[in-house]
Amino acid sequence: MSIMDFLLQQSPALIIAIPLLGAFLTPVISRISDKGRNLFVILILAFTAFLVFILAMHVFETGPMTYVFGSTQNVVSNNTVIRILFEVDALSAFMAIIGIIIAFAAAIYSWSFMDNETGLDKYYSLMLLMVVGMLGMVMTGDMFNFFVFLEITSIASCALIAFRTNKANAVAAGFKYIVISTIGALFVLMAIAILYGQYDALNIAKLAQSITFSFADKIALVLLVVALAMKGGIVPMHMWVADAYGRAPASISLILIAATQASLYGVFRVLFTLYGNVITMPSISLGWVMVILGLLTMLIGVIMALIQTDLKRLIAYGAVAELGYIFLAVGTGLTVLTTPENVANIAGYGFEAIKGGIFHIFNDILDIGLLFMVAGALYFATKESSLNKLGGLARNMKYTTVFFLIGLLAVSGIPPLNGFSSKLLIYESIFQLNPILSIIAILASIMLLAIFIKVFQSAFLGPALPQFSHVKEVPKSMLLAMGIVAALIVFIGLFPDLFVTNVVEPAANALINNQEYLQWLTGGI
Amino acid sequence: MLEEFIKTLLTGNGFWNPLVWILGFIVIFLVVYILRGYGNATYKKGTSQTQSFLSGNPEYEKQFMHVKASNLYWGWTNAMKWIIDILKKMHTGNVSDYVLWFVIVLGVLFIFVGLM
Repeated sequence: MSIMDFLLQQSPALIIAIPLLGAFLTPVISRISDKGRNLFVILILAFTAFLVFILAMHVFETGPMTYVFGSTQNVVSNNTVIRILFEVDALSAFMAIIGIIIAFAAAIYSWSFMDNETGLDKYYSLMLLMVVGMLGMVMTGDMFNFFVFLEITSIASCALIAFRTNKANAVAAGFKYIVISTIGALFVLMAIAILYGQYDALNIAKLAQSITFSFADKIALVLLVVALAMKGGIVPMHMWVADAYGRAPASISLILIAATQASLYGVFRVLFTLYGNVITMPSISLGWVMVILGLLTMLIGVIMALIQTDLKRLIAYGAVAELGYIFLAVGTGLTVLTTPENVANIAGYGFEAIKGGIFHIFNDILDIGLLFMVAGALYFATKESSLNKLGGLARNMKYTTVFFLIGLLAVSGIPPLNGFSSKLLIYESIFQLNPILSIIAILASIMLLAIFIKVFQSAFLGPALPQFSHVKEVPKSMLLAMGIVAALIVFIGLFPDLFVTNVVEPAANALINNQEYLQWLTGGI
Repeated sequence: MLEEFIKTLLTGNGFWNPLVWILGFIVIFLVVYILRGYGNATYKKGTSQTQSFLSGNPEYEKQFMHVKASNLYWGWTNAMKWIIDILKKMHTGNVSDYVLWFVIVLGVLFIFVGLM
């Protein structure tokens, strides 16, 4: 067996084990050299990214990969799955790709951005733990493991949101986040207990085969969906997002977006895979619930963004609005899937909607991530985040201005950048469900454009302000991180079909076709 | 290989090819640029043409002329004041209220799914 084959075979475990080991080694290396520690974290994430890519390529080509911990012997005994396993299908691989890309960019960005802070050994350890939790959430095939990884992500995120302990707002944001996360996680645990009590199983595939949509199943479904939607920042449970994203260091806001999307992944996994066999029953119209929540999320997100004067809070509300598009699109797909007269359309606009939603997850993380990095760069250079105090910075920060423009155009869905491609898929498909949905979605996009133009005008344009005459462009590592994300935005924008065909479509297929996910159980490993 | 890159994205009922869009954009830009060349240059630097017109009032120092974020879209935000006021009341910043919204959504969905 070649090294590559070995790495591929063991990749699901290594993707978790390497950053986990790295997290505990980081404080040790930190004692030797600060630069060595920064480099070590970047290398750990680069190697994890390599593993994620080889695993993803394999999964996109050959279908889901199941990794059993301990032994592949006697996985199913007396009709019970007795081992912990990871199951990586195209959707999991898709989420892992975006998660690791953004974490890698965040680590490069942190090199200079966090340079003047203390406690960086803890910062990098927690960052790696956050990555472990996020990747674990999207790769596990076991509900209890999902809960554990959810908790790891939450605890690491909370500590990082409150990282600047000398700032009361950051500590308050961390407190709010841990309250919300703990309550969410407890309800997830309660739902898992209900399912375990009924079916004596924690394995997702096994549970999916067993669920009958009994009264207890309904309770578990609501608990899971609402708790994960809260962790995913869906309106009206989105209020923590502005606090957490707004107060965390920009490099952490970046990973928080991916962690939030991992919770949304949880909602989709629950609806389409765990309850996949019963969710298509015509009496269940959860799709419309998602559509309505998606609309509310979009509208409330943009209106709240409009009135913000703090740059990071404004971007955070913009991020909430973008989550609405994803929920709206996937909700449209689910509605089509569950409406008998529309079943023929699932191959048509229902699938296009889901494709658009999944594609938008990727684009949203990149676009909002880039905007957060720019906000961090402005804070780094000026020590100011209030839009009322910033101005004329395009003169001093030329590269950052260009990156902001790319982020602005991408997040507002302006062609030819990536946001337009996914939003076009969403607009067209939701139009066929109801034209009003499409009109509202386009309106929200126009509002987003107007809001970010306000930011551009107030922070970058205008006369040179004397208090910022000393401001210089940010260090190279921050520019490099922004450059990587901006390059991806432009690349996906210019070649959308390449990305959609090879990455998005397999993920969308995996979402609507849960039989592939359950295959290992019926077919054996 | 190149074909893979330049393929058009099919969106169900429509299509999208950014490369064609960029080509179109460049052509339109060139046409506009050429047309602009036919215009008469009447702009004179250093004259009153270059000064801001503030209803006859003198212009302040440049640094005081920056339009700040709160002053932008004043009319728009004023027109939406009714909904903004409602949303501001909703966003209290109090974590107990955040949990309350969670409980409300949970309750609504329990009823909704329970009736299925």
